[in-house]
Amino acid sequence: MKPNWITTLIVAALIGIAGYAALFLAPTERTMGLIQRIFYFHVPSAWAGFVAFFITFIASVAYLLRRAPKWDWLAVSSAEVGVAFFTVVLVTGPIWAKPVWGIWWTWDARLTSTFVLWVLYLSYLLLRTLVTDAERRAVVSAVFGIFAFLDVPLVYMSIRWWRTQHPQPVIAGGSGSGLDPQMWRVFLTCWAALLGVLIVLLRQRYQLESLRHTVEEMTVEAERRNADRERIPSTQAVR
Amino acid sequence: MPNLTRAATIILGKELRTEFRTRELLSTTIVFVLMVVVLFSFTFDPSAAESRRFGPGLLWIAFLFAGSLMLHPSFMREQANDTLAGLRLAPIEPFAILTGKILANFLFLLLAELLLLPVFAVLYDVRLTPVQSRLLPVMLVLILGTLGLTTVGTVFSAVASQARMRELLLPLLLLPVLTPVLIASAEATSGLLADPPELPRTWLAFLVAFDVVFLTATWLFGEYLLEE
Repeated sequence: MKPNWITTLIVAALIGIAGYAALFLAPTERTMGLIQRIFYFHVPSAWAGFVAFFITFIASVAYLLRRAPKWDWLAVSSAEVGVAFFTVVLVTGPIWAKPVWGIWWTWDARLTSTFVLWVLYLSYLLLRTLVTDAERRAVVSAVFGIFAFLDVPLVYMSIRWWRTQHPQPVIAGGSGSGLDPQMWRVFLTCWAALLGVLIVLLRQRYQLESLRHTVEEMTVEAERRNADRERIPSTQAVR
Repeated sequence: MPNLTRAATIILGKELRTEFRTRELLSTTIVFVLMVVVLFSFTFDPSAAESRRFGPGLLWIAFLFAGSLMLHPSFMREQANDTLAGLRLAPIEPFAILTGKILANFLFLLLAELLLLPVFAVLYDVRLTPVQSRLLPVMLVLILGTLGLTTVGTVFSAVASQARMRELLLPLLLLPVLTPVLIASAEATSGLLADPPELPRTWLAFLVAFDVVFLTATWLFGEYLLEE
């Protein structure tokens, strides 16, 4: 349980570089101007969030198959970190949208589905707080985690067909899409930095969860011993 | 497989018997949907054209809410006398228990929907004829949408039954996951009720895909919810 100083320092440096690159090295976008630089944290946050939810899905399946508590710890840690990343997405999005679209929020496909995704994993975290027994909690939240993840592509497809106003995918979105090479480099740097943040947070949260587990076990053990101790004098008193 | 079918049929029979002795679920669901439909017209005071436009979406919202309330007893009923333990001990696959319950909930909700459809058509001035191009496809949408709703709903009923604040938790878990069903069913229904009616093939295919994905997920992972 050493503090992960080295990783944390590397990631902090990476974030510094990414911030510098996004603010000074990336070219200014022609129509949107400076505000477009929020893109370098908005989109990579979403991508890192997806990675986190994917880890939750894999860990949930692994838990059901292997039944090792560590998979459950990984699942919850990753879901929490993913929700944090998507909170960043949902906060930076309106900040970017207000000057460019003139409104904070619109019920467009991408916004709506991101919002649904965020609510999905909030309810995952909520479910976990409402189940007392650790093993039952792990099982039911694993099943919910799997269902939630399978739902993600369906949510995206249905809302996409329903309506869209968001810019068509800029990255790999067919003809007319594409990013300036310099923008690409900055974007990838930012994504790497945020993946680093993901790793640091995930490790920290995972260790916290394993500590909680230890505390829970010790509390149960202490209560059992207390109960034993109380039983002995009472039987003597009867005699 | 024949064992699974037989066991699921027996569970289905048990669920149907329990329900038709009291008819609690059906009556409460129907009254609930009627209330939502009426309350909607109080709050929005829609004109005839507006009510026709918002009708299908409203209908599906009402079905979704009704579903998230009526699916709750599915596993709670078993807890009162710990009858789930009995089901678990039976020499059948856990998936059969889930299948029987899914089918039972599916039939209850579908029956309620079929009874409510003509009432809705009258209240919101929606034409369900001609039968060929309107009523039959609408029933297909009802079947596919309700199957998806009850599949996920029954599984989540088992999830919620193991938590505190179950009554509140089930809708919270269910509604975000069912967003795609809501969109697809409402879009498909409004396409069919429009003038002229339009058969929404993409949305029907989408609903089939949703049902297949979650029935498979239930088959693969549902049994873990029934462990002791």
